[in-house]
Amino acid sequence: MSDNVSSLRQPADSAGVAALTRELAGLIVAALNLEVPATDIGPDQALYGEGLGLDSIDILEVALVVSKQYGVQLRADSEDNERIFASLRHLAEYVNTHRTK
Amino acid sequence: MLAYRAGTPIRAGQFLADVARAGAALGSGGNVLNVCTDRYRFAVGLAAALATAKVSLLPSTRTPEVIAHLRGFAPDAVCLTDEDGCDVDLPLVRFPDAPPAAPGEPAAIPDEADFTARVPRIEAGQRAAWVFTSGSTGTPVPHEKTFGRLLECMWVEAQRLDLVPGVSHTIVATVPPQHMYGFEASVLLPLASGNALTAERPFYPADICAVLAAAPRPRVLVTTPIHLRALLAADLAIPATDLIVSATAPLSGQLASEVEQRCGTRLLEIYGTTETGSIAVRRTTQTPEWLLWPAVTLEPRGGETWARGGHVEQPTHLCDVIEVTGRDRFLLHGRVADLVNIAGKRSSLAYLNHQLNAIPGVLDGAFFHCDAAAADAAVSRVGACAVAPGLDAAAITMELRRRIDPVFLPRPLLLVASLPRTSTGKLPQEALRSLAAAPPKPPTAA
Repeated sequence: MSDNVSSLRQPADSAGVAALTRELAGLIVAALNLEVPATDIGPDQALYGEGLGLDSIDILEVALVVSKQYGVQLRADSEDNERIFASLRHLAEYVNTHRTK
Repeated sequence: MLAYRAGTPIRAGQFLADVARAGAALGSGGNVLNVCTDRYRFAVGLAAALATAKVSLLPSTRTPEVIAHLRGFAPDAVCLTDEDGCDVDLPLVRFPDAPPAAPGEPAAIPDEADFTARVPRIEAGQRAAWVFTSGSTGTPVPHEKTFGRLLECMWVEAQRLDLVPGVSHTIVATVPPQHMYGFEASVLLPLASGNALTAERPFYPADICAVLAAAPRPRVLVTTPIHLRALLAADLAIPATDLIVSATAPLSGQLASEVEQRCGTRLLEIYGTTETGSIAVRRTTQTPEWLLWPAVTLEPRGGETWARGGHVEQPTHLCDVIEVTGRDRFLLHGRVADLVNIAGKRSSLAYLNHQLNAIPGVLDGAFFHCDAAAADAAVSRVGACAVAPGLDAAAITMELRRRIDPVFLPRPLLLVASLPRTSTGKLPQEALRSLAAAPPKPPTAA
C-alpha cells in the first residue's frame, strides 16, 4: 500500500525522504549510542539482524524516537512492520507518509 | 473464559478440542520445542505435550548452535510452529488450527457443558519441561520442571499478586511465552488460577494500549522495565489497568512511582530465575524488600546465597548479591560480577568469553560490562575486545551471531593488539572499559 501512496506523491517528496533518511540515521545513532557515524549508514542497509545489527530492544528505542520526533506510533500488527525496518529508506518513507509533526 | 484473542473469548471446550488436535499432530516422539508466537497456540501446544506425556523444551535462545545441541539432547524432538518460514533445524510440525466450517454449515462448537469429563489427568511428578540456561562452558544446562511444582509456584503467585479467586482477570503480556517469566506469568498462571490469557504479544507502546483496551477487566499487564519505560515515554492514553507486574530486572523506585501514577494502579515486581521460577514479590513503591514464597528459604553458603524448598526443584545458587533481612525477606544489591542480564536474557561473561575464544582466528578475547554499575532499569550492554589478526569485526560478529543470542553481541567490538592483562594475567573489567572508551584509532584516509 505505502508503495502506491509514495509513488503518487509529488516529486518534492523524494527529496523529503532523502533528507529524512539522513535525519533518521542521526537520530538512531544518537539514541542507541552506536559506534558508526550516521553518514556510514546506507539508506538500503538492513536495520535488523545482519545489517546494522539492531535487536528488538533497539527497535523499541527507535520507535520511541520516531513517535516523539514525528508523531508516528508504530504498530507491530501492521502488515508493513517488517518492511518498515527492512532499511533506513523504508523507515523514512513510512514516517514521511504518516508523520503528524 | 480461558483465553482471549483480539477480545474474542475462547472457552475451555474449545481449548480441549484444540489440545486433542495438536496432540495428534505432535506424533510419537517425547520432546517438543514449542516456538508458537501466538500465546494461545503456545498454551495449546504445552497442554497437548502434557496430555501425551511429552516434555516441552525451553532453550534460552534459538541460535543454530543451540538447536544443534538440542538435537543431541533430545534426538526425537520436533518443533511446533505457527509461522511460515520457521528456520529451526528440527522436524517441523505446523500448529493445526481448527478447520474452517464448511460453507453453509455453522462452525462446530465443542460441548462446553460437559468438558470437565474430558480434561486429561496429569500426574504431579510428570516432567513438563526442560528449561535451559546458557551455562558457563558453552553447553546449555537443562533444568527439570515437573508439573506439580510448576503449579504449586503459580498457586502462590496468584495469592501474592492478589488475583482474587472467583474473579477472572485477563492477563496481557509483552513477554514471550518461551521465556521462564512469560512461561509462568502469562501462560501457567492464568491456566492454573482460573484467569484468562491473551493470545497477542504486544510490542510497541501503541500495541500494548490496543491489546489492553480489548481485554476485559479486571486486566493485568505482565511486562518488563524496558516496555514500561517505552510505554510511559510514548505519551499515549494508557487504558485503565488493574495490576501491573514487572520482572527481568529490578525497577527503580522512581520509575515504579511513575508507572503507578500514570496507570492508576499497583505495580508488583517478581523476582525469580530460570532455575527456580518465581520466588519473591515486592511492591516497589512501598518497600525495597522482597517477600519470599512461604515455603522457599534462602541460605548463605560461603558468601553465596542459595534458594531451596517449596516448588524449587534443586537448591539453586542465586547469581545476585542478596542481603537476607528476615526469615522471608531480602534485599537485592545488584548482580554478581560475572552475570550478564540483558532484557531478561541471562548469560555470563565466562560463557560469552568461551564463545568468542572458540572462533577460529581469535587468539584472545574478553567481554566486559559497558556500565560499571548495574544500570537502573535502562538496558546495560556488553562490549568485547579481541586479538584476531586476519579477521575484521564484521567477520567476528557474524560468527558470534551463530553462537549467542543477539542481545549479547558486543557493542563495541574492538580489535586490539593485546588485551590489557595485569602482570598476574588478570583482566580487570575497568581496564577493558578504558580501552573501549579511548580506542586506538587506525589511520584513515581523509
